[in-house]
Amino acid sequence: MAENILEVDNVVKHYPVTQGVLFKKTIGQVKAVDGVSFALRAGETLGIVGESGCGKSTLSRVLMNLERPTSGLVRYRGRDISTLRGRGLKRMRRQIQLVMQDPYTSLNPRMTVGDLIGEPFEIHTEVAPKGSRRRKVQELLELVGLNPEHLNRYPHQFSGGQRQRIGIARALALKPEIVVCDEPVSALDVSIQAQVMNLLEKLQNELGLAYIFIAHDLSVVRHLSDRVGVMYLGKLVELGTDEEIYERPTHPYTQALLSAVPVPDPTVREHKQIIRLTGDVPSPANPPSGCRFRTRCWKAQDLCAEQEPLLTTRARTDHPSACHYAEIREIVATHEG
Amino acid sequence: MSDPGENVEAAVRPGVAPGGLHTAETPVPAPATGKPRGQFADVWAELRRKPMFWISAFLILVFLVMAAFPSLFTSIDPDQGSLRDNLQGPSKDAWFGRDIQGRDIYARTIYGAQASIVVSVIATLGTVLIGGFIGVVSGYIGGWVDGLLSRIADVFFGLPFLLGALLILFTFNPPGSAPSKLKVEALVAVSLMVLSWPVSMRIMRSAVLSVKEADYIVAARALGASPFRIVLRHVIPNCLASMLVYSTILIGSFIGAEATLSYLGVGLKSPAMSWGIMINEAQQFLRDVPGWLFFPAAFLVTAVLAFVMLGESIREALDPKLR
Repeated sequence: MAENILEVDNVVKHYPVTQGVLFKKTIGQVKAVDGVSFALRAGETLGIVGESGCGKSTLSRVLMNLERPTSGLVRYRGRDISTLRGRGLKRMRRQIQLVMQDPYTSLNPRMTVGDLIGEPFEIHTEVAPKGSRRRKVQELLELVGLNPEHLNRYPHQFSGGQRQRIGIARALALKPEIVVCDEPVSALDVSIQAQVMNLLEKLQNELGLAYIFIAHDLSVVRHLSDRVGVMYLGKLVELGTDEEIYERPTHPYTQALLSAVPVPDPTVREHKQIIRLTGDVPSPANPPSGCRFRTRCWKAQDLCAEQEPLLTTRARTDHPSACHYAEIREIVATHEG
Repeated sequence: MSDPGENVEAAVRPGVAPGGLHTAETPVPAPATGKPRGQFADVWAELRRKPMFWISAFLILVFLVMAAFPSLFTSIDPDQGSLRDNLQGPSKDAWFGRDIQGRDIYARTIYGAQASIVVSVIATLGTVLIGGFIGVVSGYIGGWVDGLLSRIADVFFGLPFLLGALLILFTFNPPGSAPSKLKVEALVAVSLMVLSWPVSMRIMRSAVLSVKEADYIVAARALGASPFRIVLRHVIPNCLASMLVYSTILIGSFIGAEATLSYLGVGLKSPAMSWGIMINEAQQFLRDVPGWLFFPAAFLVTAVLAFVMLGESIREALDPKLR
């Protein structure tokens, strides 16, 4: 097993809700991320799934040190990244890069592709001497499957998939160790999604990258991930390998999510159980006591309201699950191939 | 310009090998030799192809030369006149006619360009630079800095323009004193700046606020770009458009404002000349010598139009989507 390169330890990110114009009064906290812990190993892909508003993107921003966590630690190779300043921060930035969700807004419309992909070299001047930058940019364009002659084009002259490739090339320019992909394919057509995912997979094999792959699409995550974490309302509710999560889910929320995945085979479909959750996701400003999923859970007991279930391996499970009554239930999920 | 639709097709086509995406190659905007061009080279290449740019640049050049060397355009002394000839219509000797004191209107229009152009261009540049700078600082930093700067701007915004200008000019250029023409021009320009920077500050601030949260700013921060770099390379280029449009309009309104102040006796004083002063003087004699009002007004409109056209063509050239 490879070493842990990124350790996330009980990270909490709360946003204050304020009232008043001049004298701001904090009247509450939106608990976007509330105690998430996991570790990323070198060269692996960790998928993070969850519905919108569960804190996935906030988590990615904390991992990128774009937001300071309210409490908790993010350690890259043993060093807490939120305390880094100046040089150390810059060095850390070289190692952790971001691919953003929307390729239409993540590229400055007034810069050419050459400038966009060359910008990392201009910021981190020590990576490439001035004379070699153009060649490097062209190599990157080729690496992500774009025509290296299109250096002088502008983002609007490309399609969504091509723009996402530009975004990926920019993230790879500094040869990072970790790439945080924040829903990198959710803004793309299905046919392009496959292309971009295959590209990400190819790049991982070639460059030995570790991915944190955030998405709300379970099949997309399964395609790429070695391990998967499921988030609900700011917390990780289940964490395990690809197979553990998809074949033997133990948390009721994961089970409900997986039961909603459409099954292409009509004969299997008839035997499939669909777990329908009732109600909406509670507000992260005022989450339920105890287990956060209890308001929508069919297994909820009194214990769930009183005691918060920890993300640990229990008697009837083989991987960590944050449910007092975690157990395996037969789910027909997407089977690859 | 190549058709972006071509790219979409290439990308959608399944199984296109990496590097094969350009099989449907169309003429690239610039020879695709792969030589990178800077943003400014692109803008210049685009500007060069616009007739509107050349026409407006030529007109502005003419006006600037007129302001600097009026004697190139006329050999007549604008201050000389004989009351015998007053209020004459256009003739062979006086192309635009003569004013109430028998002075040549053509010569006065030419000589009047200096005050109008110098005051309006300097005041506009100052307003845009000061207001734009404060707007960027206020919008990008936010928090209490934004609060403080915005309230200061509100104070200036609350001053009625004429009252404020009268106050400033009355203090520093009281009637009866005879400061040099340059000093009065500078004073007028400064008072225009002081009273109108809050508008450009607000325009810039709101543009910065809308751009600040954009994904590409987050991407630049994730790359480790310094705030200075983010503002210079990402924020300002994306905020310039509205500012350019505003500043070209401002030039026109400042030429008018200078005239108003002169008319009230706190700006330039006769015998100094400006288009604004001439238009004001001519109002009462519109039916006798329409040319007295018409010609300076025509010059003023042409100058404003030239600046507006220049601003418009630069704005279009700066926006890659319009290329």
